[in-house]
Parts: sequence; structure tokens; C-alpha cells
Amino acid sequence: MFRFIIRRLMQIMLTFLLFLALSYVLIEAMPGDFANVFLQDSKLTLEQRNAIRASLGLDRPPQERFFIYMGALLRGDLGISFQYYPRRVIDVIVERAPRTLMLFISSTVVSFYVGFFAGKVLAWRRGRVLEYVTTVGGVTLYTVFTPWFGLMMIWLFAFTLGWFPIGKFITPSVWRRAPVEANLVFNWMLLTALGISVLIVVWLWLTRRMDGRRRGVARWAGVGALLVAVLAVWLPSGLGRYALNILHHLALPILTLTLISFAGTMLLTRNSMLETLREDYITTARAKGLPDHVIRDKHAARNAMLPVVTSLVFSLAFALSGGVITEGVFSWPGMGEVLLQSAVTQDIPMMMGALIFTGIFALLAHLVADILYAFLDPRIRYA
Amino acid sequence: MTTNKRQNAPAIIPSELTTLDPQERAQLRKQALWRVRLRLMGQSLHANWRLFTENPIGLIGLSIIVFYGCLALAHPLLMGRVWSPSIYHPVTGFNPLLAHPSPPSAQHWLGTDPFGRDILSQLMYSTSSEFILGMVAALLTVTIGTAIGAIAAYYGGWVDTLFMRLADLVITLPSLVLLIVLSGIFELNLPRLAIIIGILSGFGGTTIIIKSQALTIKVRTYVEAARVAGGSHAHIIMRHIIPNLLPLTFLYMMFTVTDAIFAEAVLSYFGLLNVRMSWGMMIYTTQSTGYLLNMETWWLIVPSGLSITLLCAAFYLVGRAMDEVINPRLRKR
Repeated sequence: MFRFIIRRLMQIMLTFLLFLALSYVLIEAMPGDFANVFLQDSKLTLEQRNAIRASLGLDRPPQERFFIYMGALLRGDLGISFQYYPRRVIDVIVERAPRTLMLFISSTVVSFYVGFFAGKVLAWRRGRVLEYVTTVGGVTLYTVFTPWFGLMMIWLFAFTLGWFPIGKFITPSVWRRAPVEANLVFNWMLLTALGISVLIVVWLWLTRRMDGRRRGVARWAGVGALLVAVLAVWLPSGLGRYALNILHHLALPILTLTLISFAGTMLLTRNSMLETLREDYITTARAKGLPDHVIRDKHAARNAMLPVVTSLVFSLAFALSGGVITEGVFSWPGMGEVLLQSAVTQDIPMMMGALIFTGIFALLAHLVADILYAFLDPRIRYA
Repeated sequence: MTTNKRQNAPAIIPSELTTLDPQERAQLRKQALWRVRLRLMGQSLHANWRLFTENPIGLIGLSIIVFYGCLALAHPLLMGRVWSPSIYHPVTGFNPLLAHPSPPSAQHWLGTDPFGRDILSQLMYSTSSEFILGMVAALLTVTIGTAIGAIAAYYGGWVDTLFMRLADLVITLPSLVLLIVLSGIFELNLPRLAIIIGILSGFGGTTIIIKSQALTIKVRTYVEAARVAGGSHAHIIMRHIIPNLLPLTFLYMMFTVTDAIFAEAVLSYFGLLNVRMSWGMMIYTTQSTGYLLNMETWWLIVPSGLSITLLCAAFYLVGRAMDEVINPRLRKR
């Protein structure tokens, strides 16, 4: 196992180098460069545009620039963004990445939870009308044309009903007198969410050996106490209303993403459950006369979880690259939007910086998913 | 001798042969080999079709596909006989008697777009290109994916490592951003888009799944038997591994069709694709003329948006239903 990980890590490094080179070549191969963004401005003369080119180093041959870039990268310098000049690439990423992570991790977790629950019930009630209606509905949402669906959601919930704000990250009028930057509040929110999830998992793990009714009570009480504690910290700090404003903006994108993606988990869980239900220990559990919900939740669903967990890890890993479309539709200023903008304006350092982070994340995730698979399923072994 | 050897080689579905009683098998031996194969293939197709029709989900998907197929076929007929091209042509048509965009009426069942073109005609005209795009991309994907998957699983070692890391590389690139960059490098039209999607999907995710399936086939006893009997590597891959991979590859064809149609729609929506008319193009027209969030002109965006969704969902549903036919562990009995 150890040797397997080492070997894979070496391969990942090689793949990553290739990935960098390929990305650079592709960006370079696009016609024109960043100076063309100013073509619209008729006052800017050719000399001035050439001066911009020279100052950004775009007048040098591409291969030379590639080696300059790689040298700087080895020293840990990601350079300065063209379009957000004079901000450093790393600063832009540090600002944008948490927003994308928050949006996509929360929607992934919610949709996996919903999908797992729905899939469980679906497999149990196989062949009923409910199954067909849910499957067709879920798949339709899963394959829906995302921009269209996003616009419909905005039109219905934000425009007509007015429940949620129309896109964007914060409401400027609320934040005008805010004592701190939005990003600070947001990072604290992210940390709080992370802390809560870890504590809940720990609490569920600690109470796992309690029996029956007592465990249910203990779990709900624990989670409730945790939430009250969080509110008690946030409300007096004076930042509560700002956090609430961000949450308000976050709600509609999360709802949309959940609706779009829960069917994937649902169908995966269903198939996995159907395979598990054929096992002998399910027959034994039935013969023992156990109630249906115990067989379903304890004997079948837990064993059917393996592929679902692996797929969850995989989805979480790709959360950083976000969704170019979803972020575009909801004008959510995250990584997907940065990627799209830098591809369109040929902001080479910004694009490479964003791709480096998403690439490392995705490559490592593939490895983690492989290891997790072997860890969860004792039948799989790596030589 | 040669006939006998071929008999032992995998007929289409090996299990079908063993279920026949000895008398019938003896009778089969007397007939020409291709006839036997044809009959067995017919039998297994029939059995699979029965399993497929048991599941309403697959039938719903199939009927949506057939419906859109009919739309695609009907368009040239309508253009030739019923509709006058000067009014109903999907790209250059114009109805001078109405203010545009006009709501659905007896003359224009789904209304007209801001340039006075008939929406129903645009919808039907685009259907055939969506089908062709999906089919080309899917065929390319499964051809590449099956070949590489089988070879990587069979040989293992550095061949396997090479192709799997290549797959890593492909899935690491964000596909939509990649397509946007590629649209800057050269002009993207439908055939090129189909080829790019086919290659990306063929070298990427599909290969990984097909390879893992090929790994389980590689260790079956009939592969071992073929090797002992002196079968060459090419023979084993072509006659034993690939035929048994085909059901799974067929399944992934369905999912690739969904991906291709979706990608076309998104790229047209961003205005990056060079096509005369497509479902994504219709949404782009709505957006670029400023009618996008105006729900009073719903007929501009609902038909195309719904068509993309429905056709994608239909192929996905058929794929799901086929999964239950292919995977015996998911069957009811």
C-alpha cells in the first residue's frame, strides 16, 4: 500500500507537469493576447498597445515566457494578474476560493444527503409508481439545461416571489457601513461551518454505542446545543446581520445546485442498494423478523454506502473548479467566474494560477478516492 | 477442425449455448455457423428487449427519442410541401404580416422569434443536427474508450499506467473552459465539436470505467482457456474481451450523447459555436435580443430549453434502463 502511494505520487507529479505545459500551450495557441482587450478603445494607439504588450512581457517568444513562468512558479511566485492589475494572482485566489468552496461543498453535501435518502427509499419501493415518477423527475433535473434552469429559478424565487436576492454575493446597501470586509466575515462563516460539521460527526461517533431511544434524544440534543452555541457566539459579535446577508445570497444557488445534482447520488444509491438487498444477510435479517426500517437502514443502506462515499469524495474534490455556468448565471464571484474571465481575456498568469489549484486538488482527490476504496472495501488490494 | 475450434470460441452470448438441450445443440451443429450465430443473436436480442420493456423508465426515454426523431424527419417534408420557405425557413424566413416576436398562433404554432422566424421550424430543423452530433461523439467515445480500456486492462504495466495518467490529465482540465479556449484557437462547428467531445470523453472518464470492467473480464476462466489454447493477444482482445465489454460501452454511448447535446447547447448559449441554427442558438438569440428574463415572451425560450432537457434526459433514462438489462444483479428476479 505504501509503495503504491509513493508510486502514484510520483506519477501525479509527472502528470501535473504535463498538465501545466499543456495548459500553457493551449492558452498561448489562442490568437491575440491581453492587449487586444483594449481594441475597443479607439483612443489607444498601436504604439500604446505595444507598450502594454512590452510591459507585460508579451513581446517575448512564448517558449521563453513559459520557462520564466516555470522558474517563478518553483520559487512559489504565481505572478500578477493582468485583468486585476496590480493584484497578485495568489491574492485573487485566496479571495475567491472560499466562496466557491462554500457554495459547492454545501450543495454537494446537501444533495448527497437528499440523494442517499431518496435512493434508499427508491430501492425499497421498487416497481411502484413512486419510483418511476421520482426517477424520471430526478433525471430530468439532472440533465436539465443548467443556464435555462438557473434563470427559471431566479425568475420564480427572486424576481416573482422576491424571496431571495437576484444573484451576486452581498447587498451593497447593507454593507456600506460594515466595520469589516465581506471576505473576513465569509471566512469566519466557512470556519464555523467546518467546525460544526466536524463536531457533529464526532458527536454522532461518540453516541453510536448508545441504544435505541436514548441515542436519538442524545443526538438531537447535542446538535441543537451546538447550533444554539453558534448563534450565541455570532449574534452578539455584531456581524450576525452581515453573515445573514451572505447566507441569503447563498440560499438560491445552493437550492438550484442541489436540485440539479441529487439525482446522480439517488440513482447510485438505488443501484447499490438493489445489489445489497440480494445478499444472504438481508434474507437472514428478514427471517429473524426484524422490522422493515431496521433492515433497510441498518443492514442494507450501510453496506450500500461504499460507492456513494467514494463518489462524494470525488465530487468534493472537484468543488474548487466550481461551475462556470452556475457561477455565471448567479453572478457569484468565485473561481469558475475567474477561470471563464481569464480564458476570455487571455489573462495568462491568472488562468494558470487557477488551473494549478484546481489541478492539484483533482489529481490528489483521484488518489484519495482510490485509497479510500481499498480502505472501505477489504476485498480491494493494491500491490 | 477449424469449425470445431470456432464453436468453442465465444458465440455471441456463451450462456445461451449452454441453456440449449443436447438434441437442439446437435441440430445447431449441422447448420452453417453464421446462421447459428444470427439465430442466437436474435434470441438474445429478443430476451433483452423483453427485459427492457419491463421497465417503464426506458420506455419513457425511448418514446421521447422517437418523438424527436419524428420531428427531425418531418421537417424536410413540411418545408417541401406545406411551409413556404420564404416564411418558414429556420434561418432566413420572415413573416411580414406580424409584429415580432409574435405569440403562438394557428399560423406559427410556437410563435416567432425577434427576427420573425418560426420557432417550431427552428426547433425541428435543429433536431437532426443534435442527433448527428450526439451519435458521432458517442461512437467516437466508445471506439476509443473500448480499445484503450481493453488494451490497458489486458497488458497492464506501463501501457496501463500511461493511459490511466492520460485519463487523469484529461479529466483534470475543466472541460467547458477547455472548449472555450479551443473555440478561440480555431473555428468550432458541429462536426469539430463532435470530434473534440468524442476524443475528450473517450480518453477521459469513459476509459477509466471501461478499463475497470475489462479488468474483471480479463481474469475470467474463458480468457485463460483461450490463452492456453494458443490464442494470440489480438485474438483474445478482439474475440473475448471486447465482445463482453460491448453492453457497457453501449450504456456509455447513451451518456455521451447526453453530454454532447448539453455541451453544444452551452457553447451556443455563450455564442462560441459557429452553427446556423441549434437549440442553444435559439436561447442565445433570445439572450442577445434582451428577451431572456421577460416571461411574457415565454415561447422564445421554453421550447428550446425544454427540448434540450428532454432529449438529454431521454438518452440518460434509456441508459439507466439498459443498465438493468446488462447488470443481472439489478434485475428483479
